[in-house]
Amino acid sequence: MAYLFVNMAKGLFSVFIYVSLTGKLWYDLAKMIKLLSGNEALALGAYHAGVKIATAYPGTPSTEILESLARHDDIYAEWSTNEKVAMEVAMGAAYAGVRSLVSLKQVGLNVASDPFMAASTTGVNAGMVIICADDPGIHSSQNEQDNRHYARLAKVPMLEPSDSQEAYKLMAYAFDISEKFDTPVLVRVTTRISHSKSVVEVNQKRLAPARQANFHYAAKKYVMLPIHARLRHPLIEERLAKLAAYAETFTFNQALWGEHRLGIVTSGVAYQYAREAFPQASFLKLGMTYPLPQNLLLSFAAQVDRVIVIEELDPFLQENIQAMGIKVTGKEFIPAVGELNVDIIEKGGQRTGLLSETSPRHVEDTALNLPKRPPLLCPGCPHTGIFFTLSSIGQRSKPMKSRVKTPKESSLVITGDIGCYTLGTYPPLNAMDTCACMGASIGNALGMEKAGIAKKLVAIIGDSTFMHSGITGLVNAVYTKGQITIIILDNGTTAMTGHQEHPGTGISAQGKKTKAVELEQLVRGIGVSDVKVVDAFNMKQLRNAVKSALESPELSVIIARGACSVRVPTRSEPRAIDTEKCNLCGICLQLGCPAIQREKERVYIDTSMCVGAACTICQQICPRQAIDQQSKIEAAKSL
Amino acid sequence: MFVTGVGGQGIVLATDIIAEAALIAGYDVKKTDTLGMAQRGGSVVSHVRIGQRVCSPLIKKGDVDILVAFEKLEAARWCYYLRHGGIAIINNLALPPLSVNMGNERYPSDKEITDILKRQTDRIYFIDATRRARELGNIRTLNMFMLGTASVFVPLEVHAWEDGISQRLSPNIREINITAFRNGRKEMRSVHL
Repeated sequence: MAYLFVNMAKGLFSVFIYVSLTGKLWYDLAKMIKLLSGNEALALGAYHAGVKIATAYPGTPSTEILESLARHDDIYAEWSTNEKVAMEVAMGAAYAGVRSLVSLKQVGLNVASDPFMAASTTGVNAGMVIICADDPGIHSSQNEQDNRHYARLAKVPMLEPSDSQEAYKLMAYAFDISEKFDTPVLVRVTTRISHSKSVVEVNQKRLAPARQANFHYAAKKYVMLPIHARLRHPLIEERLAKLAAYAETFTFNQALWGEHRLGIVTSGVAYQYAREAFPQASFLKLGMTYPLPQNLLLSFAAQVDRVIVIEELDPFLQENIQAMGIKVTGKEFIPAVGELNVDIIEKGGQRTGLLSETSPRHVEDTALNLPKRPPLLCPGCPHTGIFFTLSSIGQRSKPMKSRVKTPKESSLVITGDIGCYTLGTYPPLNAMDTCACMGASIGNALGMEKAGIAKKLVAIIGDSTFMHSGITGLVNAVYTKGQITIIILDNGTTAMTGHQEHPGTGISAQGKKTKAVELEQLVRGIGVSDVKVVDAFNMKQLRNAVKSALESPELSVIIARGACSVRVPTRSEPRAIDTEKCNLCGICLQLGCPAIQREKERVYIDTSMCVGAACTICQQICPRQAIDQQSKIEAAKSL
Repeated sequence: MFVTGVGGQGIVLATDIIAEAALIAGYDVKKTDTLGMAQRGGSVVSHVRIGQRVCSPLIKKGDVDILVAFEKLEAARWCYYLRHGGIAIINNLALPPLSVNMGNERYPSDKEITDILKRQTDRIYFIDATRRARELGNIRTLNMFMLGTASVFVPLEVHAWEDGISQRLSPNIREINITAFRNGRKEMRSVHL
């Protein structure tokens, strides 16, 4: 057999040519089998459904949705400044009669909740879909929250796919439902759906956008004065009732019959786990989880001896089903905390007597007594220098041979924010005291100052996070005559989520040159007079800037600029340690640079990791001048 | 199959290729990665399940047929996922985490790692994959070499693997990676079996 794949049009329309043993040529354009992640499938589904405007702010696990959409030239895709703006741009497009999409992570919907609620109130003029990716298990978030509650709060329909195939198919329904019922639609996924790849049969072509953009005056629908909003509320209740009726026959709300002893109501990835744990049971698999199909649920419950709900995080389905008077259990034996898997569900099933304890699999968590491997700042990271500086000025580092477990009381309080730089929290840097949510560092530091903390206060925030929601915090600090020091770590990208553009970079989501918002001008424009821009790899500059800012009685901003080493891999001759000069003081190890390794009585630099001249931070801080280019050390020795 | 290692070793790409190969061979397949919050340096785990019909993308503990570890400590950390008598393929490479470099924790000895693995299985293969990749002239081909060694135990035809590699890699690095894959396959067959 010979297979040949020809990739056309940016890999999205791959033509599958298959020559079988009989030599028969089978050629099918309409049907394609692809391996797609949930995020890729959602993006392709939206594209085929005729989406014209797509907006997002990067956030794990949702980021790849907009990245995939941005590869199409025939739609408009943007990295918005933050999720609230993303939602507002998409609303505007939907008001103008064009299909729009917002993708965000669970905490992103918190940021965007104000316009989200407003969009529910006004309704739309063309399909508007919000894809919200929750993060059960907190793989990459600051909290664990179940955003299904938002559907109930906003009284909007919610769809949940259980694999990539459904993710692809559901997008077309989501846009249709949005238009049919005059409502934004929430498509809720989780990390395990977004970041799992599975087989997808792609069977559609892109639907041409139905209409040209066109906005008609309709103040009672779009201008939410109290008098108009009061008229909208009963319409929303009516809409919800109509949606509940629609849910009764919605294709993706399916009863899958097995034995009638046990009926399981489930949705999303939990369905896949439950199916494996209870292969014999009957299932009511819900593709629309708000509003719920009451009659379907009643009839399902009547046909089985016992009904249980298997769902990740909160008892959302369970409580809504109980409110219908149906006797169900679920959270009594399925945890409400963390990500589920087959093991957890089997254990729950055993606890409640639904499964016998027959699996003698020898499972022992060997991970417990092995050294942990937390993520680190990369070799050549522009954040390392500033954290080392703060750590040493604030006396936060623990000397290498010290047996003290916790870092001693620091002379600085450092409020942190969301980004790669949150990793500065870990030892040996220990350079962060708080990290709450996007943009919180500045407000947190100001609050501590106003509360009367006598120590010097430093707020750390990245460039993308500052654009996202640091600006308003800074305006507030200027207005209230705050005296804190704000350090903006400007690595020219949104690094943690995989290097997305932002307003400061001057490059669009689709890779085109656009207007850049100048960070320094912006900060000065807000009214900060003490602004310093320093090279993030120049230790002397950093130290002087931090010292003078801490001594200054007024609000000061330091912009520490240096490119992300992963994104700009400018490698040159790696540094090395001259073992004759090195006295094993361990100061270089305090950087936490993964390239600097220790082997009993020797400290050395892993040449495959060191970025060389672009960084040289270890070289600058070595008190014995023992670090230099390998060639120079050898040349000096041969003299 | 369960593939683990340290962020930056090319694990996600390796399991993408396994999944593509399974799809080409006509199987149902699901794969999923659990990455930490950052780009590099953390412990990375990737699950691939191949069969007639696959439900959960995550594999149950104690249910993995083949464990492929790109680093020794990670092999020990995750080997409890392996079923009894399953296959463990381990790159002979130690990347001590920062806590070990700082002197706060100790990297386990080869004997300790082997003892941990032996609680699950006797079918343990230590491979000098990093050295082989370096000999080939590109350390980044490590993942394809490891894939080659594992492919011996997976009932997929060679062409499916190589088509999977070709599909996922750009033409300029395709050849060297296919060579690395073949080398890995050969090494497992000739040296270890």
